[in-house]
Amino acid sequence: MSVLQKLMETVVQFMPDKAPDPLIHKHGYLGTPVSRVDGQRKVKGEARFTAEFEIENLAYAVPVCSTIAKGRIISIDAYDAERSPGVIAIVTAENAPKMKRPPLMDVRHMDKGFAASDLAVLQDDKISWDGQPVAVVVAETLEQAEHAASLVRVEYDEKAARVSFEDLKAEATVPSAVMGEDPELEIGNAQKAFAAAAFKVDNLYRTPHYNHNAIEPHAAIAAWDEDGRLTVFDSTQFVNGCKHALAGMFGLDGDDVRVIAPFVGGGFGGKAALWNHTALCAAAAKVANRPVKMALSREDVFRLIGGRTPSEQRVALGADKEGKFAAIIHTGVTATTTHAKFPEQFSLTPRHLYASRTMSVGQKVVNLDTVANTWMRAPGESIGTFALESAIDELAYAMKIDPVELRRLNEPERDPTKGTEFSSRHLVEAYRRGAEKFGWSGRPAEPCSQRDGKWLIGQGVATAYYPVFRFPAAVRLRIAADGSALVQAAANEMGMGTATVQIQHAADRLGLPLEMVSFRYGDSDLPDSPIIAGGSSQTGSIAAAVQVAVEKAHRELVKLAGNGSPLAGANVEIEARDGGLFLSGEGNKGETYASILKRAGRDFIEVEETSGMPFEVMKYSMASYGAQFCKARVNRESGEVRISRWLGSFDCGRILNPKTAVSQLRGGIVMGIGMALAEETLLDTRRGRIMNPSLAEYHVPVHLDVPHIEIIYNDIPDEHTPLGAHGVGEIGITGAAAAIANAIFHATGKRIRDLPITLGKLL
Amino acid sequence: MKSFAYARAADLETAVQLLSKTPNAKLLGGGTNLVDLMRENIEQPDALVDVTGLPLDRIQERPDGGLVIGATVRNTAVAVHPVVRDRYPLLAQAIVFGASGQIRNMATVAGNLMQRTRCLYFYDHAARCNKRAPGAGCDAIGGFNRMHAILGASDSCIATHPSDMCVALAALNAKVKVVGPNGERTIAFEDFHRLPEDTPHIETDLQPGELITGIEIPPLGFARRSLYRKIRDRASYAFALVSVAAALEVDNGKVRNIRLALGGVAHKPWRATEAERVLAGANAGPESFRQAAEAELAPARGLAHNDFKIELAKRTIVGVLGELAGG
Amino acid sequence: MPSPNQTPKAVPIPPAGSALILLKINGVDRSLSIDPRTSLLDVLREHLSLTGPKKGCNQGACGACTVLMDGQRVLSCLSLAVQLEGREITTIEGIANGELHPLQAAFIEHDGFQCGYCTPGQICSAIGMFQEFQNGLPSAVTGDMAAATIEFSDTEIKERMSGNLCRCGAYVGICEAIHSAFDREVAK
Repeated sequence: MSVLQKLMETVVQFMPDKAPDPLIHKHGYLGTPVSRVDGQRKVKGEARFTAEFEIENLAYAVPVCSTIAKGRIISIDAYDAERSPGVIAIVTAENAPKMKRPPLMDVRHMDKGFAASDLAVLQDDKISWDGQPVAVVVAETLEQAEHAASLVRVEYDEKAARVSFEDLKAEATVPSAVMGEDPELEIGNAQKAFAAAAFKVDNLYRTPHYNHNAIEPHAAIAAWDEDGRLTVFDSTQFVNGCKHALAGMFGLDGDDVRVIAPFVGGGFGGKAALWNHTALCAAAAKVANRPVKMALSREDVFRLIGGRTPSEQRVALGADKEGKFAAIIHTGVTATTTHAKFPEQFSLTPRHLYASRTMSVGQKVVNLDTVANTWMRAPGESIGTFALESAIDELAYAMKIDPVELRRLNEPERDPTKGTEFSSRHLVEAYRRGAEKFGWSGRPAEPCSQRDGKWLIGQGVATAYYPVFRFPAAVRLRIAADGSALVQAAANEMGMGTATVQIQHAADRLGLPLEMVSFRYGDSDLPDSPIIAGGSSQTGSIAAAVQVAVEKAHRELVKLAGNGSPLAGANVEIEARDGGLFLSGEGNKGETYASILKRAGRDFIEVEETSGMPFEVMKYSMASYGAQFCKARVNRESGEVRISRWLGSFDCGRILNPKTAVSQLRGGIVMGIGMALAEETLLDTRRGRIMNPSLAEYHVPVHLDVPHIEIIYNDIPDEHTPLGAHGVGEIGITGAAAAIANAIFHATGKRIRDLPITLGKLL
Repeated sequence: MKSFAYARAADLETAVQLLSKTPNAKLLGGGTNLVDLMRENIEQPDALVDVTGLPLDRIQERPDGGLVIGATVRNTAVAVHPVVRDRYPLLAQAIVFGASGQIRNMATVAGNLMQRTRCLYFYDHAARCNKRAPGAGCDAIGGFNRMHAILGASDSCIATHPSDMCVALAALNAKVKVVGPNGERTIAFEDFHRLPEDTPHIETDLQPGELITGIEIPPLGFARRSLYRKIRDRASYAFALVSVAAALEVDNGKVRNIRLALGGVAHKPWRATEAERVLAGANAGPESFRQAAEAELAPARGLAHNDFKIELAKRTIVGVLGELAGG
Repeated sequence: MPSPNQTPKAVPIPPAGSALILLKINGVDRSLSIDPRTSLLDVLREHLSLTGPKKGCNQGACGACTVLMDGQRVLSCLSLAVQLEGREITTIEGIANGELHPLQAAFIEHDGFQCGYCTPGQICSAIGMFQEFQNGLPSAVTGDMAAATIEFSDTEIKERMSGNLCRCGAYVGICEAIHSAFDREVAK
């Protein structure tokens, strides 16, 4: 961590808190289970996703991907492809427009956008991973483009590639930083404390490559106009980031690129950064001199778009006789590439969860010649909680203590490593409520003690944890003379319910009925700011900006109302309700927005505001927490695992929309079930090639894998966050895999530390 | 996908003619496997002969109590057929354990027999595969082979046959009716699919120009007590790691009749004749079931990732037989 | 290798071989000239602007492209359109007349989706699934294949819907929506 950063963190401790948002405690639309505002369009098939926009004169582009992991292209034989019916252009390094290298993510420079890999492909003959695009075929129809792409022959000079995580992990080195934090951290002498501890466990945990596999494959449509401006429809979680990254690559002004993404068919982090295909689509449109669509095939998605790194983590825990942690040692290795430089932050998890006399955490990273790894739902915390929460369970058995009780005993009063106050932490309460609802106390302590015919039964629990992030956001708010309001933000919707909850919010803050508020998003032509559907940050980020925009609009409206208004010179508080501004506690003393605007002869007023820097995140230890309870059945004969019950008890601040929030939490848990039991991207280390680039062979959970998932939540607002809320998009996956591994141990007495827990491991 | 000529055959004679006279022609039924493979450029026919209009879409009861199922009957139609559900529950069960509801509505019975392996290396052009390019070598042997064969594999190929339905048909001693330029013939089910040996690209006994017209299922009274069990990597919609189709008749605690076949273990649906031999007249109990399973799997060979399937297959056999025996 | 200054060809080359087909889609006869390689899914999405059916895998593994063909649920990605002369196709756009189908309404009520990409396939699949259930088709979780009646249980629904992946993990809501839309009809 830089000196400046350290200084900043010290300074913010003395900064006064922002006054808590009055809406936190007001009962309105927020807190009620409003159905999605875009629900009708989605169930009728009317919601248009990226590949579905109708553009005149559209051509189809298909990438040709490298089949070696490292080396260079000797030649590309496109003779047959060029002559194949319908082919318009074949784009290779020889005729591709010049593209600069895009930046990688830097939280301090989110405004510049970022790519997952800083390679600009099709710029030279170098091959950096198996799957790297080496050519793009553009044709009149999709069928023609796909066929012609299969005719392109590439000759390579193949070099030995570094692709085996298992073989190369010993060469891992300490990265310069992990998400801006020091990669290693020591409190006291953890090795010594561990050696002297009364109880201890010390094990290695392994997680494999995973892929997001959003059901909508990545897609882009690019069109250049006569003035050299670029419009891109892109399936992205970050329209502004995509815009700036593309502008940088093509040497354009930010204003000359427009990125549109109204509906995104799932992302989970896989569509947060700019990936090659979007730039290649724009490049192909330039070469073909007409609009081009590049909708990746499922296989292309596996080859061009990276997923989660494999990891190997060591967790050693020592406890004293009373069950207090004497040492937490959590170290390990992940993989990345020289062009992604992303050490997935598993070692941040243990820094904030439990009190311990000593601590030693840190992580290393090894460079491989593979597709760039990237963020996948709760990067770091998902795999970090698997290791840590499995280890805690192991320690609980070693100590013959209830695993819930062991966690309660080690609940910290302040952030264990930063020493900062928690803004809102009620994990123990989440455990208490969860345990009660789940019937945890009725669970036999001994493993292997429940059976139903051929099925062994066990219950497991684990902590869920995900930090709070917020980014400065810009919104534009328009209040019209008909009394309606339009909130506009360059936000992104991939299923979280972005529009719904922001409409609930604006309606409450403006005192309008829901149907009088609309929300426009998914377009980089809206106010520029780093609003990203990532880090579970989007709802809070936008909400903070909406709050200041509404405040500004209200000030302007009071001014506009003038002296003739009951609002003039009021010495009581003014509140927004009944479609306008009224004096607090004084009935109908006030005026509606419509009346103010009509009297002023205005069709509307419009304000634009940006929320402030997220200093609160530095001042406090801010995170969401949860307790994941599950029941697993393991077939004694076959080793098949079925999850028969789930209860997630969460502490995520105030729940803004129980309907959509519960769906997000459940969704995270479902992905956690996949992570625990079935998902794995198979990279053949002889070639560095992914061998199961298909939804038939990469097993995401199906309906029958998922039990009824019960969700309860504390619903205690965090006074320091916008609306008192925390993001809920990612925490659901955290702790889930550990809860399952722990339940399987409880059922069978077998501790599986290698994910996924496929049935062969339980025979 | 390569361009192809398309023709719809209205009658069998035309179909046979089109198939045998058109170079590099393939039959198109439900398309659930062929279209996928064509899109992957693994299958590259120059012509498709659509057989879905042929009058082979009926299920007929035979006077002896058996059934004849037309080649183009959709999988769902077989599974929902009252006679199948009543007399051959293992067949209905095998079908509903396969693929998804949508695919079962599309896939034909003959297409199910003709489906090709799901071997990851067969599907990948960048890999060596003796099925795709005879003599090229097999990358699956030293690669990911979790799904691969433990019985009857060769140095050329370790692929498995992916069908569920065929495992039940193997247990039922079904016959495959075919017609070709030289007329009709009937192939015993166990002879229809081949082991890989050194010609893994030749997967069935069908001769050039021949097409399947139907499946004959002989009567088998004790099949009323039969089961299909499939073990896979998720609860539904995944190919079998191991599957077992079995019918069992017990008389006075002794095995009177037994049919047993395995799926997911070999290049073809695996009729467990050795286990059947061991069980004939044996005690219908866990010990003899285990003995039979051991005998059947004695020649099994595991590789780096599929070794567990040997034990899994044995346990599944014992479990299924135990359940049928009422234990 | 193509020359760096290669200019795009001005005139599109027509597809190698094309076929004329007549399909009935959402009650309307559509006569089309298509490349025989075109899947029903691409006909719907790229030629007829019916983008309700989705392309999730194009390999028959996700169910997002599910449509009803003569009332039965099928995967439009694995169906070659050239093969479907005379068949009646119903897509998500055609399952209701103006008002929402009860299942569509139930999906909204029970939040049976998040991103919405798999949703049209889930809904078409569930309609076809319910018809199969009423026809007496057993499933992999129906113990007795010969059973005269099968309970319309959670497990039955989930097994029968397992060909429709939802990566957002809306399975609980989908299952509730299916129950609420069809339970009354089961009871009849």
